Amino acid sequence: MSDLVLIIYCGLITFLTRFSMIALLKKEMFNDRIREVLSYVPSAIFPAIIFPAIFLDNSGTVQIEDNPKIIAAIIAMLVGVLSKNIIGTILSGLLSYWIIIYIS
Amino acid sequence: MSNKYKNFFKGIKDTSPLMIPVVPFGIIFGVLAIDLGLTPLTTIAMSIIIFGGASQIIFLQLFSAGASSLVILSSVGAVNSRHLLYGTVLSEHLSDLNLIWKIVVSYFLVDQAFAVSNDHFKKNKDDKDKYFHLIGGGLNCWTIWQVTTIIGIYLGSIIPEKLGLTFAIPLTFLALLVNDFRKLINIVVIIISGTIATFGYQTIPFKAYVIVAATAGLIVAFILTKFIKKRL
Repeated sequence: MSDLVLIIYCGLITFLTRFSMIALLKKEMFNDRIREVLSYVPSAIFPAIIFPAIFLDNSGTVQIEDNPKIIAAIIAMLVGVLSKNIIGTILSGLLSYWIIIYIS
Repeated sequence: MSNKYKNFFKGIKDTSPLMIPVVPFGIIFGVLAIDLGLTPLTTIAMSIIIFGGASQIIFLQLFSAGASSLVILSSVGAVNSRHLLYGTVLSEHLSDLNLIWKIVVSYFLVDQAFAVSNDHFKKNKDDKDKYFHLIGGGLNCWTIWQVTTIIGIYLGSIIPEKLGLTFAIPLTFLALLVNDFRKLINIVVIIISGTIATFGYQTIPFKAYVIVAATAGLIVAFILTKFIKKRL
């Protein structure tokens, strides 16, 4: 599959998740229970991207010691929880990462 | 000024504060796409065709890890499953629209536009042109997203690779979760999903670790919400 075809398919599936409920639902079809569980989708899926990118090295093995990304991520998380600021979270993480790899 | 225009511009105005975090997100996407070897044209095509930050970044992440098309496609689908929720919530306000407008509105149904338009719709239930609010807000996001993608493409060709900007990917998603670190069930779901993904990265075949981890996280959420009624 060429890159562009794959992108088009991904675009289609993105569109369909946005479109399907608007097109199909007349009245409420999802009950509160399903809705409540769906509200956990970000918490379920984002860590699957976050954790490996932080804890694994380039070869895919777990690296706990001597890993500046862990410290930087913890700092970013603290800044995020305290400030609730998205840019502040990203920047504090990047900055502390750069500082750590620069001084060590 | 007709009601349509009024709603349209109110949508732009209401989404504007939410555009501040979109700017670095779009730039990071453009920079990373170029870093990972995509052409500028493919990168722009992606922002126009997919038009979804999380989907596009997870696409890059898996694409660069050598995941198969099917895995990329299903992971993008999984990231997008939250849109089912948005559509469900909005459908009662949009059920009178014809098919063409439903298609247009759906294309623009991004997180930020949903957040403000859902409010607007609830307060203006009887206005038959209220959907122009979502189109205005969505178009605002769309414009910012395309412009910042292009800025990122440009910066990506001049920023040195050893700056480690790929680290911006987990940080961006971390930033989207900051409100969830305060709630117990969310924290449990986050730790379970993250741990499975980390240790399954090598062992789960086809790079399907994202879907496996997310499914496990949702099952845990399903069980925990059953027993813990009030969210902590």
